[in-house]
Amino acid sequence: MDPLRTLWETFFDVDSMREALPEMLTVGLPNTLILAVSAALLGSVLGMALAVAGISRTRWLRWPARVYTDIFRGLPAAATILLIGVGLAPLGMRVWGPNPYPLGILALSLIAAAYIGEIFRSGIQSVEAAQLEGARALGLSWGTAMRVVIIPQGVRRVLPAWVNQLIALIKDSSLVYFLGLLASQRELFRIGQDYAANTGNQSALLLAGLFYLALTVPLTHAVNAIDRRLRQGRPAGAPDGDDDDLALAGAVEGSPR
Amino acid sequence: MTVATSESVSVRVRDVHLSFGSNRVLRGVDLDVPRGATACVIGPSGSGKSTLLRTVNRLIEPDRGDVLLDGRSVRGDDPDALRQRVGMVFQQFNLFPHLSVLRNVTLALRRVRRLGEDEAVAVARAQLELVGLAAKADARPAQLSGGQQQRVAIARALALQPQVMLFDEATSALDPELVKGVLALMADLSAQGMTMIVVTHEMGFAREVADTVAFMDRGVVLEAGEPARIFESAEHPRLRRFLSQVL
Repeated sequence: MDPLRTLWETFFDVDSMREALPEMLTVGLPNTLILAVSAALLGSVLGMALAVAGISRTRWLRWPARVYTDIFRGLPAAATILLIGVGLAPLGMRVWGPNPYPLGILALSLIAAAYIGEIFRSGIQSVEAAQLEGARALGLSWGTAMRVVIIPQGVRRVLPAWVNQLIALIKDSSLVYFLGLLASQRELFRIGQDYAANTGNQSALLLAGLFYLALTVPLTHAVNAIDRRLRQGRPAGAPDGDDDDLALAGAVEGSPR
Repeated sequence: MTVATSESVSVRVRDVHLSFGSNRVLRGVDLDVPRGATACVIGPSGSGKSTLLRTVNRLIEPDRGDVLLDGRSVRGDDPDALRQRVGMVFQQFNLFPHLSVLRNVTLALRRVRRLGEDEAVAVARAQLELVGLAAKADARPAQLSGGQQQRVAIARALALQPQVMLFDEATSALDPELVKGVLALMADLSAQGMTMIVVTHEMGFAREVADTVAFMDRGVVLEAGEPARIFESAEHPRLRRFLSQVL
């Protein structure tokens, strides 16, 4: 048989793909989205807490944040997922039964939080100290100033890096298959892999890959669009120098010094 | 332009000391500003003028010394409450770039004064009207000229109805043609009876608007007095040398 043809059929066998497609759409895609979106939300909240702790003046907040970040950034994602998913399984069993998702989502969130925390921290620290001074001078407390003045500006500056982390999260969500999934719990990768293992044909796995690309490529372009917009700034009207007509504006009444 | 002039208070700075490490920035500063008066603080760069202003609203805590508003020490006060009484305007405006001009002014009204949305917007619009920028309420600070931004910053501070206003080189970052409008606004505020401490390099403003001019050098007030005396018959040689270079 023609080796090129064999190669083609190994990856692009339309029948294999067609066979896997319904399950990918109805089971795999929703599960991948559940894992990625939950972990993105939880990871971002935890990441923000880590970022704020990381810039705290209290070393008892700064140090734990530092150590946490070093550990969860330094371990392979697969190891973390196994350690938490398997290690805490007896505990999880009692709380929510034999479902690996909560622990899987927890592990993914803890990993993502370490990266997102660093992203947010760098953004927050890039905001000029004068902004905090301006806010404090108006009587805002440190917490309020951070929440409404500093953090919104800092996060805006690192949105591209944050979205990149969400892309990584979508891909890493495939690793929860380590934890053993029921048929209805399988996400995109696991379904593709199962079909590939059963048939010896990789086309279903390639289809899973296409699903991942359909999720991540638009996000990549969203990053670029955000980045472009941040770089160029919003289309700003040119400053119009109407300072001269201040005297006409009623601000100076009878004291033209 | 109307401000709550009857609310103005006197300011007394008493023997304020401050060091950053081994750098003694303030070495026993005294300054008296009667209620409704304007004091201009002049002096070379690095003489501690801006730091002095920040000890008045306690953005920086002095190591020693005291600040009194209407004769009462503010050292024991809650700094956030104190800063509602003491407005401050910065060299670089320090407007919040992610908020509209209107939101810059309403922010503290909402979060600190706890005004309702409608009331805060009404106060902010009125204040913007007074500085001639009501039409820019929905613009972002970056869309405004430096002079306009500084006038928004002044409106933002005045919206809280402060009893004292601090100006930290408010016109130093402005293009020359934009300086006049901001100075006119400040002169107006002074004429309305606001107690003001103005750190400035604008000697013309100091001469014409100030009730007192204080010359600072190396962390102390070397000489203070009425503008005419400071500018016409300065006693201290250091001040005379300074004036000969800037006038």
